[in-house]
Amino acid sequence: MVNETSTLAGAKIAAPGPRAQISPRVWKILGILVILAIACILPLGLSNYRLFQLTLALVYAIAILGLNILTGYNGQISLGHGAFYAIGAYVAAILMNTYNVPYWATIPIAGFVCLVVGFLFGLPALRLEGHYLALATFALAVATPQLLKYKAIANWTGGVEGINLLKPDAPAWMHVDSDQYLYYFTLAITVVMFVIGWNLLRGRVGRALVAIRDHPVAAEAMGVNTAYHKAMAFGVSALYTGVAGAIGAIVVAYVAPDSFDFLLSIFLLVGLVVGGLASISGAIYGALFIQFAPNFAADLSKAAPWAIFGIFMIGAVYVMPGGVASFVQIVWDRIRRMLAPARGT
Amino acid sequence: MSTFLHQVFSGLATGGIYASVALALVMIYQATNLINFAQGEMAMFSTYIAWSLINAGVPYWLAFLITVTVSFIGGMVIERVIIRPAVKRSSLLGVVIVFIGVLVIFNSLAGWIFSYTIKSFPSPFPEQALFNNTYVSSHELGAIITTLVVLGILYGFFRFTPLGLAMRAAAQNPVSSRLVGIRVGWMLALGWGLAAAIGAVAGMMVAPMVYLDPNMMQGILIYAFAAALLGGIDNPWGSVLGGFIVGVLENLIGAYLFGTELKLSVALILIVAVLVFKPTGLFGKVLVTRV
Amino acid sequence: MVALLEVSGLEAAYGATKVLHNISFTIAEGGITTMLGANGAGKTTTLRSLCSMVRTWGEIRFEGTRIDNRSTEEIVRLGIAHVPDGRGTFLELTVDENLRLGAYVRKDRKAVPGDLDRMYTYFPRLKDRRYQQAGTLSGGEQQMLALSRALMLRPKLLLMDEPSFGLAPLVVRDIFAIMRTINQQERVSMLLVEQNANLALELADQAYLLETGRVVMSGTSEEIRNDEQIRRSYLGY
Repeated sequence: MVNETSTLAGAKIAAPGPRAQISPRVWKILGILVILAIACILPLGLSNYRLFQLTLALVYAIAILGLNILTGYNGQISLGHGAFYAIGAYVAAILMNTYNVPYWATIPIAGFVCLVVGFLFGLPALRLEGHYLALATFALAVATPQLLKYKAIANWTGGVEGINLLKPDAPAWMHVDSDQYLYYFTLAITVVMFVIGWNLLRGRVGRALVAIRDHPVAAEAMGVNTAYHKAMAFGVSALYTGVAGAIGAIVVAYVAPDSFDFLLSIFLLVGLVVGGLASISGAIYGALFIQFAPNFAADLSKAAPWAIFGIFMIGAVYVMPGGVASFVQIVWDRIRRMLAPARGT
Repeated sequence: MSTFLHQVFSGLATGGIYASVALALVMIYQATNLINFAQGEMAMFSTYIAWSLINAGVPYWLAFLITVTVSFIGGMVIERVIIRPAVKRSSLLGVVIVFIGVLVIFNSLAGWIFSYTIKSFPSPFPEQALFNNTYVSSHELGAIITTLVVLGILYGFFRFTPLGLAMRAAAQNPVSSRLVGIRVGWMLALGWGLAAAIGAVAGMMVAPMVYLDPNMMQGILIYAFAAALLGGIDNPWGSVLGGFIVGVLENLIGAYLFGTELKLSVALILIVAVLVFKPTGLFGKVLVTRV
Repeated sequence: MVALLEVSGLEAAYGATKVLHNISFTIAEGGITTMLGANGAGKTTTLRSLCSMVRTWGEIRFEGTRIDNRSTEEIVRLGIAHVPDGRGTFLELTVDENLRLGAYVRKDRKAVPGDLDRMYTYFPRLKDRRYQQAGTLSGGEQQMLALSRALMLRPKLLLMDEPSFGLAPLVVRDIFAIMRTINQQERVSMLLVEQNANLALELADQAYLLETGRVVMSGTSEEIRNDEQIRRSYLGY
């Protein structure tokens, strides 16, 4: 809302003068292009290990955006999104391993499967208010590894052992190695997913989701189909997280039940909270945080990253409810005001 | 028949654990309408305190007593310092996040201080089964009795003491409670203290059966959720009964139906089923919301 | 007459909306004061202000000590019992437990059982329902319970918010009779908020009239009752 009005105001001011001012929207696009350009040349300067980490950060960004659609925008608390990530990862792994489906083709399939599963999970979730949904998804998160180990499906899932995959090779014309290729591959999908997410959340659907979150009774009265939107938010959210899971499986080239434990769900939640609830860019900040913060803490102890995550979660609620995204917004506004000459005539 | 009885008895033993944790959850839920996701990890951490004391040579029951006391105080401190400010300033989502934050901190703190390797935890009860029976081990019997004693004490406290009555009143009707002079804020903290203490007892009773590690209580918490929901999350005694039912059910299903592989999924299905089909549980109150 | 409660320059607000403006009044020790006024005049808010249940400015003195900056729980401990609007019954607790809660802050615990019995002599119907959940009581019984619960504190000052609200005339007469007895025998001072002005003026010896958050008239019940304008707009004859 704020952005739209400021864009309008910018346009009005820009129209009469010959020396048109740069509107906030243009600033934003410029900023995004610069960041994308940096993202494209990064592989040249980074070790393969760092690049691998960065690739995973992109994967998490997609997953967190998914969680954000449900929890941030629509207010349905999910403590179990790791389960959808796991489904995406396993669908991709099984397709590649058992049915020889090419790696890139597994991603839309995994997304679709998660869309359906998420939608179906979203139907009973309609009847669960607030923390009951949190409770049910919490239980889902805790139960996931056990489900994945279940013997009856071990033929496909590989049971406790999981599935080893082959890392896809880069196409010859690109002249990059496999890790660099996977980075660009992931980056491309990330951009696509974020553009789609942007269009979705900035439009009618996004407003409906927020209305349902903030004023459920009023939204219903205004003719928003609450049930449909909530279940669909669950489905789309699961789709995003499932796509992330599928790419994650391809990038790591390995899936196993114990990597999809309860902490994975919390991991995504930390990213969501620290990055910023109901913020698209927040998903990226959050992903970078959960991926790289542990690097600094792990020297202390194996447990230290999680202790720090816990502190950040509580701290975010107390000090920075809008997460990093709101902080960046404040800084960004200030910079813009300093750069732009004083407004008015 | 003998295996059946054995399954039932050991089900009752773990059921008692679920019942205790469920009761702790219900106490906090009744007073604040919040689900304490950190209940399990708090209990786990308490158990580590007991383990350290016992390892340092403190006699079992003294260590037990100290642990319960420390947990009680710890629970009150957590409520006053971390939870209450969050409830005051944040939405439900924020509060849930704070709970998860507490959970994660306790989990990693335990891993940090005590390492992630599993530890055996002593039982205060004799090794040999009573009368050499084959149905129930001494520890299982002891755990059942301990649970019942704890529940009995709590029942007496809430039923017969002015403070217990005041706590019930504060949970039900805070405004009226203030008007009769009850310090409602302290009652909430007290509730948290009691919940933490009950959790500590449950942790110490379950640890000899499942070994002690930082993730010990995760599955148990899920079962306790299932128990609380089954019994009715606003009904303390219903949730206790729910605990025993779930404990026995879990063992019978494990022995005769699916095996133990899908234990947690059974709990998950139970939780979702109760929430969707009978949100008030078996013994809960039916609440009507007016719009 | 000694003033038990002195209020001067009291203002109160819900959020940003001020609902009381510069209200001053006193309550004499041992007397019954009533506060009259139409719906929304600020009667209930005045009672709430005394117990620090709303945000207030101004000075409230009880037995000479300022109480306007104290919490509700502290004020109760000084001996002010409040029967709130809606009666404030603990619906899921038994009648007996409701009454015991009334005595929660008392130091002389030994005298509590005796007081319980006294309440049951005032209201034998409550005795019959001793172990019933309070939510199952009728409106009149709940009002009796609320009054008894407040009396269990052995208060010096009793604040009553519309005790006649929604009750049958016969029941109201019973309750008011008991209030008079209690005032005379136990020397409990009372502040009674009522819409039913006839009833209130019969019981009270001092009266204040509130209109849109201001005191517009005060005097003895006699004076107020004989005022032509009051008679027309509030007493209806």
